[in-house]
Amino acid sequence: MYSRYARRYARLVTMPTTAPAPGLADVTASDSTLRRFLHGLPGVDAVGLEARAASLGTRSIKTTAKAYALDLAISMVDLTTLEGADTPGKVRALGAKAVHPDPTDRATPATAAVCVYPDMVAVAKEAVAGSDVKVASVATAFPAGRASLAVKLADVREAVAAGADEVDMVIDRGAFLAGNYMKVYDEIVAVKEACGTSARLKVIFETGELSTYDNIRRASWLGMLAGADFIKTSTGKVAVNATPANTLLMLEAVRDFRAQTGVQVGVKPAGGIRTAKDAIKFLVLVNETAGEDWLDNHWFRFGASSLLNDLLMQRQKLATGRYSGPDYVTVD
Amino acid sequence: MSDARLSVFKTYKLYVGGKFPRSESGRVYEVSDSKGKWLANAPLSSRKDARDAVVAARKAFGGWSGATAYNRGQILYRIAEMLEGRRDQYVQEVADAEGLSKSKAGVQVDAAIDRWVWYAGWTDKIAQVVGGGNPVAGPFFNLSSPEPTGVVAVLAPQESSFLGLVSVVAPVIATGNTAVVIASEKSPLPALSLGEVLATSDLPGGVVNILSGRTAEIAAPLAAHQDVNAIDLAGADEALAKELEIAAADNLKRVLRPQPVDEWSATPGTERMTAFLETKTVWHPTGSLGASGSSY
Repeated sequence: MYSRYARRYARLVTMPTTAPAPGLADVTASDSTLRRFLHGLPGVDAVGLEARAASLGTRSIKTTAKAYALDLAISMVDLTTLEGADTPGKVRALGAKAVHPDPTDRATPATAAVCVYPDMVAVAKEAVAGSDVKVASVATAFPAGRASLAVKLADVREAVAAGADEVDMVIDRGAFLAGNYMKVYDEIVAVKEACGTSARLKVIFETGELSTYDNIRRASWLGMLAGADFIKTSTGKVAVNATPANTLLMLEAVRDFRAQTGVQVGVKPAGGIRTAKDAIKFLVLVNETAGEDWLDNHWFRFGASSLLNDLLMQRQKLATGRYSGPDYVTVD
Repeated sequence: MSDARLSVFKTYKLYVGGKFPRSESGRVYEVSDSKGKWLANAPLSSRKDARDAVVAARKAFGGWSGATAYNRGQILYRIAEMLEGRRDQYVQEVADAEGLSKSKAGVQVDAAIDRWVWYAGWTDKIAQVVGGGNPVAGPFFNLSSPEPTGVVAVLAPQESSFLGLVSVVAPVIATGNTAVVIASEKSPLPALSLGEVLATSDLPGGVVNILSGRTAEIAAPLAAHQDVNAIDLAGADEALAKELEIAAADNLKRVLRPQPVDEWSATPGTERMTAFLETKTVWHPTGSLGASGSSY
């Protein structure tokens, strides 16, 4: 009862529904219609957005609700290693951790996926074989995305051929910021096609490079129009990554997109989420903005690496009543 | 009335991670002098303050234990210098807290300052006393050296609010440990003021963290905390000490049981330092022994 009221209330105080009139097919007919549509989206009230994200972050989640939230958050982690120094051994260790995050407590849920570079997909696939853990691969000249379309598509095909269940692409921020929306759109469509039916596509906007909330809203709609299965905040390679405010904005976008088109799109904040407390704040955002339908690892993910250790330590604390320490989780 | 001036009361706060926060819980409790007259409100720390203090202490451990013994000695001596400059304030606080005359409180504070100097001198000598080369029958050197245990939870003595406090904190940090200190429950003010001196003595933030409140309430989560390596039970009564020692067994914490102390001003010896040291022993080959039994 309370949550239904809260959700209704949330809609009243956030943005009015931002979706355009039905008939979104026309929107992408040409460069100018796409531009007109994206620039016709209502402007974002930055102060209101940040205040709402901050106020939702003050919810107190305790005891059984906390236990539920921690397990849910663990099941939503895309356990990530995207370093130049990644070795097959490290990826295998990561895969083992994704399947059994806490070997001392087999009731701990597995994470959603491991996220690696395309050349490590085969290793990761082998490491998580026999479990429900997916393998996600970044592609399209991650993280800068500064390569020709042919190179990007080859990158994607290689990842998919190696068995990636999910592909995380980066958009061409240069083209987006230059106002060349059709180029960005066409690229996403082409990558989506290269993913085929076997791999879900996550589109990374790199919100830290988009400068304004208005741009994040436009990018969200652009990505969803082009067929993204997930929209993702950032690569984790720039100074500003996922924040509650930009994630809230993207959650509003997927909510409105489903209301307009009936198509549900997932959201993945990535980078900068390091504590269980932060993760739970994001889950509150999801519940209060997009709704319970998104409280599932098919529709919401955390791109993170160190977050998992903190979630596990909090879980141990809840189970034993003793504060845990970094000696009781793996060093990644 | 023109010369009347409103009193400026001091807000006593915790000292955690080099900062002076209030208790996370927002609670305070009344501290009164030996005659029951109200002195000030002190923060009533919660277990979450203890948790935050452990995080701060763990973060500071790498830098502090990695600092040279010489550097640690300089900083401990600096604490003594800073205390000397604020001697009058501490004399007043100790006199109020323990119901002593000014002159007796002065003796306590002087002894506390000298205690810092004593341990400042020990920092670069303890390794020579408790470490060393061990004779072995083989082509090896065998060397032992003391290393700090890690994060130490310290329950400061309940009666001696300042000299007792310094006598248990200084030996812990002299050897490179970091400390989470629970001040005397009845008289926490001198301990909370000590934070101000530590903060201005080049002591890195987080090396000493000072909490005030109910000793039993804060000590229980610290004793059970998996990321605390040792606990000094100086300020626990018999029942509490037993309970805490049981809780501390889970991750094999080093436990220093409360010991009867007649007079904190007595020369302390090295026991409080060695209680929180680990001995690292390394074997170093010297090459094969010749016919003479020695290769060098």
